[in-house]
Amino acid sequence: MRYLPLNTNDRAQMLSVIGVDSIDDLFETVPKEARLEGLIDLPTHQTEQMVERFFQKLSNKSTPAGSVPFFCGAGAYKHHIPATVDHLIQRSEFLTAYTPYQPEISQGTLQTLFEFQTQVALLTGMDVANASMYDGSTACAEAVVMAHRVARGKKSKAILAPGLHPHYAAATQTLASTLSIKIDERECRMGRDDNVIDHIDDDTACVVVQSPNVFGEIVDLRPIAEKAHAHKALLIAVFTEPVALAAITPPGEQGADIVVGEGQGLGVGLAFGGPHVGLFACRQKLVRQMPGRVCGETVDANGDRGFVLTLSTREQHIRREKATSNICTNSGLCCLAFTIHMSLLGDAGIQRLATLNHENACHLADVLDGIEGVKVENETFFNEFTVRLSKPAADVVKSLADKGVIGGVPLSRLTPEGDPNLLLVCATETSSEEDIAAFETALKEVLS
Amino acid sequence: MKTEGRTTTPVAANMNSIQTVSGSKALDQATQLIFETGTPRRTGIDFPEPKGRPSRLGAHARQGEIGLPGLSEPETLRHYVRLSQKNYAIDLGVYPLGSCTMKHNPRLNEKIARMPGFADVHPLQPVSTAQGALEVMSVLSHWLMTLCNMPAVALTPKAGAHGELCGMMAIRARLDHDGASHKRRVLVPESAHGTNPATAVQCGFTVDEIPANQGGRVDMDVLRAKLAGQGKESDVAGIMLTNPNTCGLFESDIIEIAELIHAAGGYFYCDGANFNALVGRVRPGDLGVDAMHINLHKTFSTPHGGGGPGSGPTVLSEALKDHAPVPYVIKTDDGFDLVENPDEKSFGRMCAFHGNMGMYTRALSYMMSHGSDGLKQATEDAVLNANYVQASLSDVMTTAFEGTCMHEALFDDRFLKDTGVETLDFAKAMIDEGYHPMTMYFPLVVHGAMLIEPTESESKGELDRFILSMRSLAVRAKSGDVESFKQAPIYAPMRRLDETLAARKPVLRWTPPADVAEAAE
Repeated sequence: MRYLPLNTNDRAQMLSVIGVDSIDDLFETVPKEARLEGLIDLPTHQTEQMVERFFQKLSNKSTPAGSVPFFCGAGAYKHHIPATVDHLIQRSEFLTAYTPYQPEISQGTLQTLFEFQTQVALLTGMDVANASMYDGSTACAEAVVMAHRVARGKKSKAILAPGLHPHYAAATQTLASTLSIKIDERECRMGRDDNVIDHIDDDTACVVVQSPNVFGEIVDLRPIAEKAHAHKALLIAVFTEPVALAAITPPGEQGADIVVGEGQGLGVGLAFGGPHVGLFACRQKLVRQMPGRVCGETVDANGDRGFVLTLSTREQHIRREKATSNICTNSGLCCLAFTIHMSLLGDAGIQRLATLNHENACHLADVLDGIEGVKVENETFFNEFTVRLSKPAADVVKSLADKGVIGGVPLSRLTPEGDPNLLLVCATETSSEEDIAAFETALKEVLS
Repeated sequence: MKTEGRTTTPVAANMNSIQTVSGSKALDQATQLIFETGTPRRTGIDFPEPKGRPSRLGAHARQGEIGLPGLSEPETLRHYVRLSQKNYAIDLGVYPLGSCTMKHNPRLNEKIARMPGFADVHPLQPVSTAQGALEVMSVLSHWLMTLCNMPAVALTPKAGAHGELCGMMAIRARLDHDGASHKRRVLVPESAHGTNPATAVQCGFTVDEIPANQGGRVDMDVLRAKLAGQGKESDVAGIMLTNPNTCGLFESDIIEIAELIHAAGGYFYCDGANFNALVGRVRPGDLGVDAMHINLHKTFSTPHGGGGPGSGPTVLSEALKDHAPVPYVIKTDDGFDLVENPDEKSFGRMCAFHGNMGMYTRALSYMMSHGSDGLKQATEDAVLNANYVQASLSDVMTTAFEGTCMHEALFDDRFLKDTGVETLDFAKAMIDEGYHPMTMYFPLVVHGAMLIEPTESESKGELDRFILSMRSLAVRAKSGDVESFKQAPIYAPMRRLDETLAARKPVLRWTPPADVAEAAE
């Protein structure tokens, strides 16, 4: 077996050093009735070439986003990732390192995390950020749990805005289901985010608002923040597309107390939904209630600047049942990808990237709006928006796929109660004029 | 090489303390933060010119700079390559972090994960266009269920702790479904990973700790006493038990433990972090386990990546499988489909999409490469390597418990008694020897714990060199040379870092130096 360095000779010598006769002796503490004889009924070992062939066949059975006109967003975004990013994250020293528990020999990972935290804080307009969560949805759920902790059990309500991605709402429901906090979820509908203001009261621990929301509409967070703060509730701002934050007023400038979102759009591929990277930022005064790992600056014995994991008294390996979260492994390598992509972009690059995304989406909106049976529903948007179709969106998407166009996400895919005729579409810098023209042609045919 | 007239031997023997002007030390390059070298106007990516279309951002367009520095492509490469060289890695040397399972990460798996039919597929594109990805999930499920002899697996949990959450949520859902909502106490051995009690509390349970016995295993008398006399009326919801446990020992009473818990109407959650000691030789389903997460990033070699991403598929018993989270893959007449909306019994959804696909491909590739024979051999080699290390060090270090171990060897600090050297110093001295330290001060059941997990990836030669270093360090510690241990490491890119300062005055992000900030205002 190519991955196993020991040979029969080594094994025999080692057994004799240990002082046992056979490998079975080392499994003697296993109860007899649980010891397996022989091999488990699965295929035996295969060569690299055989395994590669197996996966190549399966890979060919899926349609990659880059191979067709492609317009899905709704929480995962198709962007161009510079070759430098994937090369660097495959360096052994990054790829095959563990969590940086020994800072003297982990400065590569640690400094990157410090840069990552700073970039996330800048992009969101917040004071501090952690070293990542699993993804945007789990970051959202953890933010609600954090708000509950900040309220010290004195407030029992968390309000979710109607434009929150239904999967984020569901993940939050799941995590909060065991707490004394009640989730007050508004029905997922367009254009109603402002309504949350009417529901904020003294019993509200937090209000969770996504902007741009799942329909693509950009929400003014300021009045919501004002009302929330008047009732000592926290505003948790959510985003699913990090590139959007380069184009719109960051949630930190609009009064958000916690900002959570998905970082996949920068540096991380679609990967059928994972791994992605959850971003988590908050106000300085809340930092000790934050979940997850945090990297901080310090000095070494020579007085040189270095970085360490810090504030670990919040975490499970120290605090056990009193920890702020049970999270241990996070999305380390995806943070690295995010950070490298951001370093390549810089301010000028990310603003240009955002502009190109927005322009392509505007062009797509104009084109789709001109088709009979299609109406753009948004007043504002960044790179994704919602259209109302004259037919059920799920059927339309299926027919489009048969024509070689992946034409967006039906709202009903995200939530069965969703309006069946609404379709969420997205354009990025990767959407060419030809792609948009092909979408137009196919959609006209499907709707006629 | 022409050496005429030149000296070929070093002149100065003790020049390792000179300060270089650059701050670099040969290959160890000084590296500033990108915020100190980059500028907002520079970028390493070329884009086309915008067309100047009217904006539809409404009143929400961002005003002003974000403050993100940019680097050109060569600067970016150099910055991160330099940083990478300050990291230890499994590809560089022995990384014996107990419980973390730092094994070889085959590069075939990286190649496969990047195939466009897996890497460039959107989670919400029509399922008819994602059949290959779904088939990988289905095949992986089959392998995991077969290796565990369990009837179901939830793939979506994104790491081990997320898998714990999945298993405990399923237990809670089952208890509630059966009208047993009074059962809210979870038994957790004191040797457990910190994630176990944290998870139990996050699921709304209370934690009741069970001490270890003299042999490092669950104290059965205490366990029986906690469950005595109440039958299914007991408020015990279940137990969270790691097996082999964090002392590297198989819980020999595990079948009786499962029976006791079941008799009390509770469920058995097994922390599968150490499943790599069992694969192919023991199936958790045969032990009475109701739920167990499998760390694909430990047992099945997906890279740790400096702290993630991981993946924590959770196998479930007949009693719990109906309560599994969505989404999951089913086989239909047309191929594969996704069930994305929960029914009444499912406890719901754990995350936005279908879990960490990128880890599924890597893990399945690893499993198929090994096959059932190779997986069993890997398990045996992991156990053999750990016992070889334990046997080779037990005369100079102190093993925490008598007898052979499973995949990891646990030592305590009795051998350092009265030397002035502590476990931490010993660990830092290992760095100078070229090794990543073992897990230290965990598990909490022994004093100054040192938990060594060599994994099956180490050759005998590499282990022999490691053992030689460890022996010589132990001898040096006992010889009274405290000072060198307290100074260690001296050859690492950094000396010991002040963690107290970091925690007392947290600096969690870069901010511009005060004079620059003032000038900008």
